[in-house]
Amino acid sequence: MTDVSKPANAEHAQPIVRIEQVTKTFGNVYAVDDVSLNIYPGEFFSLLGSSGCGKSTLLRMLAGFETPTHGRIYLDGQDVTDLPPYERPLNIMLQSYALFPHMTVEDNIAFGLKMEKMPKAERDERVREMLALVQIEKFAKRKPHQLSGGQRQRVALARSLAKHPKILLLDEPLGALDKKLREQTQFELVNIQERLGITFIVVTHDQEEAMTMSSRIALMRDGRIEQVDAPRRLYEYPESRFAAEFIGSINLIDGHVVKQEDDQVWVQSEQIDGLLQVRHSQPLVNDMAVTVAVRPEKIQVVPALSQGSNTVQGVIKEIAYLGDVSIYHVELPSGKRVMFTQSNIQALAEQPMTWNDSVTLTWQPNACGILVK
Amino acid sequence: MSGGQMSALKLAQRLPGAAFLSNGRHWIIGLPWLWLTLFFLLPFLFVLKISLSEAVLAQPPYLPFIREIEDGAMTLVVNFGNYMLLFEDPLYRTALLNSVEIAAISTLLALIIGYPMAYAIARAPQAWRLPLLMLIILPFWTSFLIRVYAWIGILKNNGLINNTLMSLGLIDQPLEILYTPTAIYIGIIYSYLPFVILPLYATLIRLDDSLLEAAADLGCRPWKQFLTITLPLSMPGIIAAAMLVFIPVMGEFVIPDLLGGPNALMIGKLMWTEFFNNKDWPLASALAAVLLVLLIIPFVLWRHYEQRQEQQGEAR
Repeated sequence: MTDVSKPANAEHAQPIVRIEQVTKTFGNVYAVDDVSLNIYPGEFFSLLGSSGCGKSTLLRMLAGFETPTHGRIYLDGQDVTDLPPYERPLNIMLQSYALFPHMTVEDNIAFGLKMEKMPKAERDERVREMLALVQIEKFAKRKPHQLSGGQRQRVALARSLAKHPKILLLDEPLGALDKKLREQTQFELVNIQERLGITFIVVTHDQEEAMTMSSRIALMRDGRIEQVDAPRRLYEYPESRFAAEFIGSINLIDGHVVKQEDDQVWVQSEQIDGLLQVRHSQPLVNDMAVTVAVRPEKIQVVPALSQGSNTVQGVIKEIAYLGDVSIYHVELPSGKRVMFTQSNIQALAEQPMTWNDSVTLTWQPNACGILVK
Repeated sequence: MSGGQMSALKLAQRLPGAAFLSNGRHWIIGLPWLWLTLFFLLPFLFVLKISLSEAVLAQPPYLPFIREIEDGAMTLVVNFGNYMLLFEDPLYRTALLNSVEIAAISTLLALIIGYPMAYAIARAPQAWRLPLLMLIILPFWTSFLIRVYAWIGILKNNGLINNTLMSLGLIDQPLEILYTPTAIYIGIIYSYLPFVILPLYATLIRLDDSLLEAAADLGCRPWKQFLTITLPLSMPGIIAAAMLVFIPVMGEFVIPDLLGGPNALMIGKLMWTEFFNNKDWPLASALAAVLLVLLIIPFVLWRHYEQRQEQQGEAR
């Protein structure tokens, strides 16, 4: 297996952010619990998790708004653990945007530059550059309350990028936008990040957003890191039940190992009353309890009476028509339910599968995974 | 809306006067207007009328507006003499300037003392805020007059302060505080401090902490954060507090009378003297009218500035 603690293209790079065994407690609550992470230059790194998982606290510690209870944080090799926010070489775009209501858009963007006493001519040039970058030139003289949500988000982004930081932290950057605008803005954010070559560290609770934008994702749960991986690996090879269920939907079938040969594992499961064959390279012990994980889109419908491993029969109990795909819930004789999806290739299929139809399902041994945790 | 409500509404609209009744907004706006007209505008018009009259020893102690001058012809007599006197007699000018000076200085001092207090309360842990605010409001439980009287006991030559300092051997002679301008300032600032703290607190508590975080992140040090973010954003509170002190202090009578002694010359005290001692109602009324106009001017200017600010923003 490749080393997932580094992104694929950063084999030799030094981390730009190094988080070493950082813990943050509020009273006796562990908001962040012994987290270590390396983030490399140019990454679009996401901290993903549901609310209260500690992702925002971790980001706030990077920004300097909170001090770790234990552990150190290094930015660009420098220990910044005890530095106040105004001395840290990074910027943050806050979830509320926190635009200064008494200043115009221009003045908001120029604020950080004034603080570092940049000469006026240079400053004006930089403000123009930022306004153009996020395409809000014509709102330069407006106050924040005269802007729409999307425009405000752009001003906040421009303001946080104005000082040309090497690292930009973004706390739920798209959280306040409606769905359509959010989807457009996702790609814009990635474009800007690639164009400027800045390291982005994004906090989000939205798995789709994280999958779309990130080069790597750290999935967090209860203050700990569950898994760090590229979006594709996180989706295809989740390492735990939690990771498997958090991203997308998945069928989890419990069983125990009965045989292992080369990179193939056979799992006997009462839930399907049969054998499952899974490709898995890590050694396992016979009789060990494991969970086989199959994504719904990896399951195919085959003609009845098909035999072999990874084949189950059942009755369609529920259908959810989503337009592009339909989700079918199939009940197996054991009572276990299996979900599969089908693309709706035809507008109106002549003989669509319907409720109470008996179907036979199968999937490839390399299209599923084994979860030990 | 259900059918029943609909028909009830239609019925109501057919009744006479329903157009007015159905529009509750008129009532909401109308009540304060009515109140202000009855208890502010009308009394002020009376005062204005009296100020344009002449003082006489009679009941009431001024001549009517419309009176018989000779052979039964009714004539309207308007007398600007009181206003002329106010501008000609240096006594009134001095009193007016004195009042402006005292009001301005005490407003400034009250803001300087009150702002940190309001800031501290707004920044205190949540559980502390209410008790601290109660401490600010607590003095209102005692009559204002009694509290000002109490200051006489504290400030006088053999009062609390002087006795303490002398028994400690810090001074040999008692400090002359009572019946000096210092005593007036102490009294005014003490009395009006809650009116500074409360509006400032209300503004500061609403200030979004994330603004300070954003400023800090952009390289702004704490003191600079205060100057560039907190102070400008608390301006509405500062203006409200300043007006709540400046306006009543301009007409303040009790504090200069009790703590300032006979020589303290403030317009409020002068008004009292004209009204009760000299029985010159028209002159006192003229003073009141001039005072009101002087107080309205800065208020109107401020409103005008506010509105222009807003319009500018929208035009862009």
